[in-house]
Amino acid sequence: MTSFSSALCSIADDRRSRAHRRNIVITGLLALTIALFALTLILGQSYVPPGDVFRVLIGEDVPGASFAVGELRLPRAVLSVLAGLSFGLGGVSFQTMLRNPLASPDIIGISSGASAAAVFAIVVLSLSGLLVSIFAVAAGLGVAIFVYGLSFRNGVAGTRLTLIGIGVSAMLESMIAYVLARAPAWNLQEAMRWLVGSVNGAEIGQALPLLAGLTIFGGLLLSRARDLEALRLGDDMAAALGVDVARIRIIVVVTAVGLIALATALTGPIAFVAFLSGPIAARLVGNQGSLLIPSALVGAILVLAGDYCGQFLLPSRYPVGVVTGALGAPYLLYLVARTNRTGGSA
Amino acid sequence: MTAHSLSAQALTAGYGENLVLENLDLVVPSSRITAIVGANACGKSTLLRTMSRLLVPREGCVLLDGKSIHELPTRALARMLGLLPQSPIAPEGITVADLVSRGRHPHQGVFSRWTRLDDEAVAAALETTRTVELAERPVDELSGGQRQRVWIAMALAQQTDLLLLDEPTTFLDISHQLEVLDLLTDLNRARGTTIVMVLHDLNLAARYADHLVAMCKGRLHAAGSPSDVLTERNVRQVFGLESRIIADPISGKPFMLPIGRHHALATGASPINRG
Repeated sequence: MTSFSSALCSIADDRRSRAHRRNIVITGLLALTIALFALTLILGQSYVPPGDVFRVLIGEDVPGASFAVGELRLPRAVLSVLAGLSFGLGGVSFQTMLRNPLASPDIIGISSGASAAAVFAIVVLSLSGLLVSIFAVAAGLGVAIFVYGLSFRNGVAGTRLTLIGIGVSAMLESMIAYVLARAPAWNLQEAMRWLVGSVNGAEIGQALPLLAGLTIFGGLLLSRARDLEALRLGDDMAAALGVDVARIRIIVVVTAVGLIALATALTGPIAFVAFLSGPIAARLVGNQGSLLIPSALVGAILVLAGDYCGQFLLPSRYPVGVVTGALGAPYLLYLVARTNRTGGSA
Repeated sequence: MTAHSLSAQALTAGYGENLVLENLDLVVPSSRITAIVGANACGKSTLLRTMSRLLVPREGCVLLDGKSIHELPTRALARMLGLLPQSPIAPEGITVADLVSRGRHPHQGVFSRWTRLDDEAVAAALETTRTVELAERPVDELSGGQRQRVWIAMALAQQTDLLLLDEPTTFLDISHQLEVLDLLTDLNRARGTTIVMVLHDLNLAARYADHLVAMCKGRLHAAGSPSDVLTERNVRQVFGLESRIIADPISGKPFMLPIGRHHALATGASPINRG
């Protein structure tokens, strides 16, 4: 029994050290999110001392800071965090379920579907607020079902789904451009939002539907984190471990599309955040437990940091999607090149 | 360990338009090793998939202790019946210990924490499969034989009384094939685990199985002890192959020698009519 107890010890130690690393990474990501959030509030076009920022946050009227912090920076930072969390969660759920990093909602057309629906609802139908969100969620689900249906042939292969999704995505993006080109009041900022994503002109009221979506859909996803994790071993193995594969797939598609579409209806399809968050989180935490929470935090960090760079660190002002897009494109090329080498199994 | 009973009744199953299994009855002997053999595409894997609830039958049912497995809660079933599919996927970079610990999935609720019991199950599974020293290695770096032992360890961590394996020896060289089959025999002898496996090699199947099931075109062709099932007539009917059956000098079980077109029996005796 001595060899058994030593094996038992080393296994427990190994598991504890992996769990420890995961906790450290999650704490670090959380701290970075909070730091970036604070930076966004404190240092913009002008510097506002942390004390004044705090007084604005608790509702006091601070001359010279209330408008800049309360009306401009806070809504922008809140929307960035919520959208980032949503994109991070939605992206990694799809990537995990389909076991393919390319099968992210922003690559396979779900984000552009939601974006096309939102821009159509706003420009052509003159809708606003919650109706736009509902439109975007419905369109996102429609695109998901359409892409899934087109790529179904004795089951869904990740590569086929990805290629069809890229095609559908291109089609939807041309629709966005068409609607924008015919819009009566041509506005470059608005156009950028629906094409690459932007948090310009954020209002605090917009945060509510997104927060509600995050609570409901995010909560549902997190309660299924373990089943989703089991899907990484293949559908058969997951089923053998007691996972109801058909049901978890429906839950993941509905919740992830809901998260992506609600965020997209406000910020546009912020380029590659959904696509990048999961792989970055996986690099950081390794294989230990679910990637949902780390990936959501990485999403929030990408949007906050991307928007900050776009506003203040680059020679000209860019919307956040331009920055995240520049970050994501090389990774996409790397993945596609690797898929070619491994014969499409990546 | 309680012995569960597993059987299939009038099973008809398939994919889309194609029916792969037709009206198949099978009783799996408890606490024994059963091997399923048959030509390619005869429905062996489909039978295993249907018996483990991966595929819903068109007609008929699979009974575990008298209850239809398609009506049992999925987790409850996964605590009694384990399955090792033909090509499970190891997530990139996952370590052996982590992979094996995933076998504990059906024993854990949504919010329940990992316990000492789970650690013990994983350690025992690693020790039984002699993979303790591999525990911290990434699965992608292992040889085929080591990897197969790790997958079996994961199925063991699931702690089920019934274990179904789809071609557990494919892609392994002969010494590793024997290693896997010896390991399954150990499990069966030490714990009374009921084992059902699809095997390609008739002679290994005859040597290791207590109960041999031969399938042909989606139907059960013969089932029984290896000496009843592995006959020249059954080999001809199931595989369309002429053969000679001799006694395995090591185990005394039947041993099949295929003949083929370019060879004849050295003694000159006709291989025909020996069924």
